[in-house]
Amino acid sequence: MKDLHQFLISPLAAAQQHGPNDRIVMSSRVRLARNLRDASFPGWAKKPERVKILETILPAICALPEMSDSFAEAMDNLTALDKQILVERHLISREHAAKNVGSGIVLNREESFCVMINEEDHLRMQALRPGFQIREAWNAIDQLDSALEKKLNYAFDNELGYLTACPTNLGTGIRVSAMLHLPGLVLAEQINPIIQSVNKLGLAVRGLYGEGTEALGNVFQVSNQMTLGESETVIVERLEKVLGQIIEHEENARQSLMEKKPKTVFNHIGRAYGILANAHSISSKETMNLLSLLRLGIDLNLFPGTPRALVDELLLVTQPAHLQKQISDKLSAEERDLLRADMVRERLKNVSRPLTK
Amino acid sequence: MQCCVCKEKPATVHLTQIVGEKMQKLDLCEDCAKAKGINDLTSFAMADLMLGLGASQELEQATSGVETKCPRCGFSQADFKKSGRLGCPECYQTFAEGLSGLLKTMHKGVRHTGKAPEALRKSREIGDRLKLLQKKLAKAVETEDYELAAQLRDEIKVLTGPASSKTAK
Repeated sequence: MKDLHQFLISPLAAAQQHGPNDRIVMSSRVRLARNLRDASFPGWAKKPERVKILETILPAICALPEMSDSFAEAMDNLTALDKQILVERHLISREHAAKNVGSGIVLNREESFCVMINEEDHLRMQALRPGFQIREAWNAIDQLDSALEKKLNYAFDNELGYLTACPTNLGTGIRVSAMLHLPGLVLAEQINPIIQSVNKLGLAVRGLYGEGTEALGNVFQVSNQMTLGESETVIVERLEKVLGQIIEHEENARQSLMEKKPKTVFNHIGRAYGILANAHSISSKETMNLLSLLRLGIDLNLFPGTPRALVDELLLVTQPAHLQKQISDKLSAEERDLLRADMVRERLKNVSRPLTK
Repeated sequence: MQCCVCKEKPATVHLTQIVGEKMQKLDLCEDCAKAKGINDLTSFAMADLMLGLGASQELEQATSGVETKCPRCGFSQADFKKSGRLGCPECYQTFAEGLSGLLKTMHKGVRHTGKAPEALRKSREIGDRLKLLQKKLAKAVETEDYELAAQLRDEIKVLTGPASSKTAK
């Protein structure tokens, strides 16, 4: 068995991946839901059937050239900590992390593809790209899916399209999503009207870890909701258009904040720096919210010479499971808060106070 | 107006979402609205809510109280009520009637227009073409254009000939 932690790219390397518009769009993702024709969906199948499905799908994926160098494992072979790390990397869903016997994961070396087996559907395949690249992600996953359909017998209906466990995913089985960092819109108190208008277009806005989670660190996920009655390209194009507009609104909000309320912006960023650079105990939630402001400060050139990757790496390594992984002893939440503060102070040692222009 | 979730308290929270040309409305009491996270707009999405609310009722109505079970996997509408998920691909046939209304409220349309597996794409195209030819044929017979009718019949024969076994259901 491969060691997950030797396989995963380092948090720094992950933070250094660049893509178009990554100031605001942290990452893009397209996932497709697929199921096998003659099998019950994972939530209804009994354990032996799920195991059989896993044993059918796993080798089929590993045989694809794109997935030849990959981490492929049954979920019951992963520790709770490993699974949590995969969640914190946004490679698997929280729901999938709760799975054991009969579920699996295949992740390629570049971490551009990650397939969940027997999550809610038999197959949840995702293409991941840094920055604003949803079209590229769709093209990539489309190819992977076309290669896989030659090996597996998909459940497909002429009228209803790809059949999925939940009727909300029926048809194309596609979810196109982007993770957006929107501190400007939050500070300018424009985020709620934006969310409402995006909802009106039939798109969902969610928090950092998907369904039912809060928007920690001013990070929002925007994705399509409807999957039937429109083609994949139409859905991708609509998302592209809406995301383009959100990016523009965020840029405008930042600019007008700097023109009209520079003191408010300096105050938020200065305080965030003050706490992060001097705290001796800090929760994961507070860290994320303050790092978001630091990230904004870097975007606004208030920390000359400090790369955005410093913040993006910290956003990852200060998460509970990543923190726990660095220490062999089991830590309590309080101990983690001390350790987290030590780590953040150390990393910010050479970052000077923010400019005030 | 009553709350559409608990059906007890008066509805004070009214939601409207316009998707394409369709308008969806929900009327909730304050407690149910809170429970569904409607005050927290970031996590709220109407389709999720609609699914939790209307889905099982519609399935029940369509089967008029008679317990229908999927012949392949044994899944029942009571199971759907519990989980909001179906049992197997076959369930879409078993519960087709109850699902159709639900799909209409949930999606842009009720017919898939996107990608199809390559192996099925051909039979899908043949199916569509057949439907068109048969329509033309009926019209030709109606207008007594027998020359065209004979020509169309030949075309249909070619399509349904050796490939007929591959034609989609």
